[in-house]
Amino acid sequence: MARRVSTSTKVGFTVLAWAVALLLFSPILWTVLTAFKTEAEAIASQPTFFPQNFTLENFGAVQDRSDYFKHAINSIIVSFGSTILGLIIAIPAAWSMAFAPSKRTKDILMWMLSTKMMPAVGVLIPIYLIFRDLRLLDTVHGLTLIMTLINLPIIVWMLYTYFKEIPVDILEAARMDGAELWNEITHVLVPMAVPGIASTLLLNVILAWNEAFWTITLTSGRAGTLTAFISSFSSPQGLFLAKLSAASLLAIAPILLLGWFSQKQLVRGLTFGAVK
Amino acid sequence: MATKQTRALARTMMAPAVIVLFIWMIVPLVMTLWFSFQNYSLINPMMTGFAGWANYVYVIGDPSFTQSLINTLILVGGVLLITIVGGTFLALLLDQPIWGQGILRILVISPFFVMPPVAALIWKNGFMHPGYGMLGHLWKFFGLQPVDWFNQYPLFSVIVIVAWQWLPFATLILLTALQSLSEEQREAAEMDGANAVNRFRYIIMPHMARAITIVILIQTIFLLGIFAEIRVTTGGGPGYASTNIAFLVFRTGILSNDIGAGSAGGVVAVIIANIVAIFLMRAVGKNLDA
Repeated sequence: MARRVSTSTKVGFTVLAWAVALLLFSPILWTVLTAFKTEAEAIASQPTFFPQNFTLENFGAVQDRSDYFKHAINSIIVSFGSTILGLIIAIPAAWSMAFAPSKRTKDILMWMLSTKMMPAVGVLIPIYLIFRDLRLLDTVHGLTLIMTLINLPIIVWMLYTYFKEIPVDILEAARMDGAELWNEITHVLVPMAVPGIASTLLLNVILAWNEAFWTITLTSGRAGTLTAFISSFSSPQGLFLAKLSAASLLAIAPILLLGWFSQKQLVRGLTFGAVK
Repeated sequence: MATKQTRALARTMMAPAVIVLFIWMIVPLVMTLWFSFQNYSLINPMMTGFAGWANYVYVIGDPSFTQSLINTLILVGGVLLITIVGGTFLALLLDQPIWGQGILRILVISPFFVMPPVAALIWKNGFMHPGYGMLGHLWKFFGLQPVDWFNQYPLFSVIVIVAWQWLPFATLILLTALQSLSEEQREAAEMDGANAVNRFRYIIMPHMARAITIVILIQTIFLLGIFAEIRVTTGGGPGYASTNIAFLVFRTGILSNDIGAGSAGGVVAVIIANIVAIFLMRAVGKNLDA
């Protein structure tokens, strides 16, 4: 990456890039700043940049009004639960596709990808009615089940692309040494596959955390995740901009941090391994 | 390497994933199809029986359908245009030698991790609100009348929010593709006297074509189903001005409790998505084999 450029060119590009990046980041920055202002300051006709009367009261108010912690716990259970369940189903499938491919493997993978293209609204009504009849509406386990199903194709694809990169020779060498298939999996494959599995886990937790169709349509009070929590702020009630900002910050902060660590996996995961 | 035994095992290990996905895809879809030909309303239990094409005639014949279809196309097309053009520009910019590249990447990628309802609400209240939004302050600063974005330009406002969320994705994919272009290739072109425009046109663009195809494919899948952004900002209105097909189905089936008509809308949504999918899969399939 050692392209030689003059310092002035570098300064020019740096200034431009920072200007654009800050512009794109400004809604998030503004939300963070507003979260620590009083309601009066947040809607003042002369806007302030930094909070003049730094306050934490918005966070307490948000917790009292909509019970952040309950929704956060629901989000954690649904996103991690669905991802782990998905991994349990997907790891064997991806393993066999990567190491014992048949003529139909590619077709099966493409078919799995195609299930992802089915619009959620196409099946919203039957799912809603099935959930109503099975008393799964507004339950955490019902939501976890749906989230597992919608992310399963991505999990299989991601794992498949990671497993594909594990050299087959090593597995064959282990087999030659007389390793049982089970040993082959636990002692050879798993240690080499763990980084890929971890990346898959991370990305799918993020996707499930931010999923906002099923979480909003299938929950109301009890099983609501953070997407539902924040949607309850959609109709303004009196002075609420600072509280909304505090609620927004609480909802996105955990996943924003995770996301920053997973940029690379994001590319691979969301392009189904087509761009690495 | 595969013996008969491992092959049988492979099939067994693949079975759970294939079976659950198959059930997940077929059962609700068949039910949607079935409901779409039934008189079925949650409000009026007396209304039962075979409806023929009545639900389809009702849904497609309504002016709201045509408008939703056009809105869907404008929404998907608009966001694709902004994100591809903007993403290419940003990727080229971030690929330059600049100070603080790591932090810049984090700033640019962040909007993608903001959950849709949060993105929509911070834009709606913090930025686009005519009274206390940032844009309102900016307009007043220049002596202009603040714009009531969601009433005057509802669909455009939704496009801005969605584009803000997806621009990082396009940028990140295109940047990754750009960085895999070998330095030698670029330098060789430079030595041969190709100027910046020609380098972009003959070296960079052909290399990026595949990545752009993939961005279009993946974004289209997600953009056809835009829902939360509309739900928490305009509620599809005013009238049907910002209702897309996905939101129309929700309005008809869940809000109005008309299961039959909602299902017919759902079937139409599936058909539209399939047309797009076949078209795109062909384009991408060609690219992926290479």
